Amino acid sequence: MTTTTAPSRTPSAPPGPRRMHLAAHFPGVNNTTVWTGDRVGSQIDFASFEHLARTAERGRFDFFFLAEGLRLREHKGRIHDLDVMGRPEAVTVLSALAAVTDRLGLAATVSATFNEPYELARRLSTLDHLSGGRAAWNVVTTSDAFTGENFRRGGYLDHADRYVRAAEFVATARELWDSWPAGGTPRPVAHQGPHFSVRGEFTLPRSPQGHPVIIQAGDSAEGRDFAAATADVIFTRHSTLEAGREFYADVKGRLPAHGRDADALKIMPGVTFVLGDTAADAQERAATIRRQQVSPQNALVALEQVWGVDLSAYDPDGPLPDFDPVPDPRLAQGRVRIGDPKAVADRWRALSEAKGLSIRETVIETTGRQSFVGTPAAVAEEMAAFVAARAADGFILVPHLTPGGLDDFVDRVVPLLQERGVLRPEYEGATLRSHLGLPEPVRPAGKG
Amino acid sequence: MSVTPCALRPLHLAFALDGPVRRARRGGEAYDPEHYVRLARLAERGTLDFVTLGDSFARPGPDALAVLARVAPRTGRIGLVPAVTTTHTEPFHVSTAVSTLDWVSRGRAGWAVEVSQSRAEARLFGRRDAAPADAMWREAGEAADVAARLWDSWEDDAEIRDAATGRFVDRAKLHHVDFRGSSFSVRGPSITPRPPQGHPVVVVDASTRPAREVAAAHADVALVRAEDPATAGDARAGLRERARALGRDPDRLRVLASLPVELYCSGDAVGLADLIGDWHADGACDGFHLRPADPERDLARLVDGTVPVLQHRCLLRRFYPGATLREHLGLPRPANRYAAARKVSP
Ligand SMILES: Cc1cc2nc3c(=O)[nH]c(=O)nc-3n(C[C@H](O)[C@H](O)[C@H](O)COP(=O)(O)O)c2cc1C
Repeated sequence: MTTTTAPSRTPSAPPGPRRMHLAAHFPGVNNTTVWTGDRVGSQIDFASFEHLARTAERGRFDFFFLAEGLRLREHKGRIHDLDVMGRPEAVTVLSALAAVTDRLGLAATVSATFNEPYELARRLSTLDHLSGGRAAWNVVTTSDAFTGENFRRGGYLDHADRYVRAAEFVATARELWDSWPAGGTPRPVAHQGPHFSVRGEFTLPRSPQGHPVIIQAGDSAEGRDFAAATADVIFTRHSTLEAGREFYADVKGRLPAHGRDADALKIMPGVTFVLGDTAADAQERAATIRRQQVSPQNALVALEQVWGVDLSAYDPDGPLPDFDPVPDPRLAQGRVRIGDPKAVADRWRALSEAKGLSIRETVIETTGRQSFVGTPAAVAEEMAAFVAARAADGFILVPHLTPGGLDDFVDRVVPLLQERGVLRPEYEGATLRSHLGLPEPVRPAGKG
Repeated sequence: MSVTPCALRPLHLAFALDGPVRRARRGGEAYDPEHYVRLARLAERGTLDFVTLGDSFARPGPDALAVLARVAPRTGRIGLVPAVTTTHTEPFHVSTAVSTLDWVSRGRAGWAVEVSQSRAEARLFGRRDAAPADAMWREAGEAADVAARLWDSWEDDAEIRDAATGRFVDRAKLHHVDFRGSSFSVRGPSITPRPPQGHPVVVVDASTRPAREVAAAHADVALVRAEDPATAGDARAGLRERARALGRDPDRLRVLASLPVELYCSGDAVGLADLIGDWHADGACDGFHLRPADPERDLARLVDGTVPVLQHRCLLRRFYPGATLREHLGLPRPANRYAAARKVSP
């Protein structure tokens, strides 16, 4: 594989605390998005995307991030109806956002499994041109047959093959992005590999930041190696200090084998936050939000995902089932899988017994908890400490409200981060690469 | 200002933003979003119904749909109609991208359905060989069909946000489309809720025989390339007849004559107004799709020269009567096929 982004060492950072990178995850389709109450807006109207993007830009964030799901989730053979659903197509909505933002990076999650390199390379390069060099692609490897039923090629790809396809996909895209020499006429590309055959001329000159930024999200050893070889940013779910440090060391440790240095790949966990005027106030809000996220109905769904059987007759405020799970992978479709169901069930039952928790309370305790809860000052301090401890290079913030979920953070935490010198007071460059401190990709030798 | 509805039959005007390929290749404006924003705003000043932007995987230039999405927030009324091809693309992705253009433009999206017939395009994908026009267009018709089904796969009121039962959507109002075509199948439903117009406006250049069939079956707007009003009138009558035979109401199909224009001076602009008036009087078409030699120059002449003359002659409206492209075209918002079926058999 040609690594066209083998970066030179970035200029040494100015003295002072380590700067953090921030991104905003649009809280649309997500089982953490709260959709009841008076501050909730549309997850689909353009005004919501515009509001959140402008807020992120006001906070001098690196980029705005859209996740992807190519089939509506199903539970027990029926469309799951309890969480926010309905999303736009990412590259199109980001192209529109390019018109109402100036500096903010625009990151689209797009599956490498259900797309073709020529078309996607062209759409992403277009986004990079339309935004003056602010495009990013989060390469995901969605491959289940359930999603495949919406596509020409179906769901044939197994886990081992999908990173092989993703790596060849990105390499092919880079060949296309590099195929116009500065000021010259395009050179035809001739790519022939196990997954793709692409021959002909690309229709766009090199984009304003050379290539769109590449993000990776996926946690297996193959996924981490793929990121170490290829990506500029890694989006992870390891959001506690301990897990973050371990993940950070592991991934950064994989870079030298690919001839890359530690700064070439930024590690950004997805995190949530709850702010309050006092620590107690923040804790109370966090508890309220958790109850909104885990409705009684959702608690039973979470339970069924572990137990593998219909539990609709159970009382969410009552005790957990006293029998062992009957694993059924088809029960919940379109979700990232949980671990070993028996182990999860044992853990849940132990917790419930020890603390006297109901089904709903157990689910609230075990399925995700807010990463940063406290006063703006405490949250700013804790985030800076994460970065200083090399548990992260920055964060992808996942607000729980659309579209105003970032307002308080930008108004109250961002100024404190800026005062501490861990967040840029102003954008220094125009492109996403410059925000991330990444050099423009070098053209492969002999091809400029 | 007079608000009298002038012409008996409203005259629709559309304009192609494409520059000649030779200019795009030199670089510059083809990759500059402000170029397209400027043109679209100018077209909007002329109260045109819509602008089109062509596309092909083998022509120099950016992705047309993304370009018009970039234009959407900087314009308010003009319809935005990119070409999106169906041969090497995924129908599911095409339907959500067009739907998203409708969301970001608040109901101003269209889709010019196109095929990729060339071997050059086939080689860029390496998935399938180039095929004859008949087969490509049959597949394009299926792509338009499944897109419309996916747009309907969320009923308008599917999102209920019912806190009492904890349900965000009413799943009885979401539908698997279970479409099987000659070369693809789609399970559905869409991931994107039904777009503001119900269905974005489907445009087909019906100049060739296989495309004509797709236009009669699926288009809201058919473009016909014709050199005289008689030819255009015949094409219009033929399309309407075929649409009727397919069970459609022919009055829901707008047929626009697609003409190359080159407006060097204000005299040309007035001459174009004369020609438009004559063809329209002959009943040759419902309006015009103008393909300029030089978009920037010709659009300025059209808006500052031709449009005021047409307005003065009471052939063209002076303002947008509505907000969506369907409203500009006088086309109703389509009923949802699944909602209708559900009402019949609950
Ligand atoms: C933080 C994170 C975010 C992800 N977001 C998406 C997404 O938006 N869409 C998607 O299809 N898959 C998403 N994935 C799934 C991955 O692309 C991948 O398919 C999955 O993690 C399995 O790969 P792995 O075994 O390497 O973890 C995400 C994964 C992670 C860890």
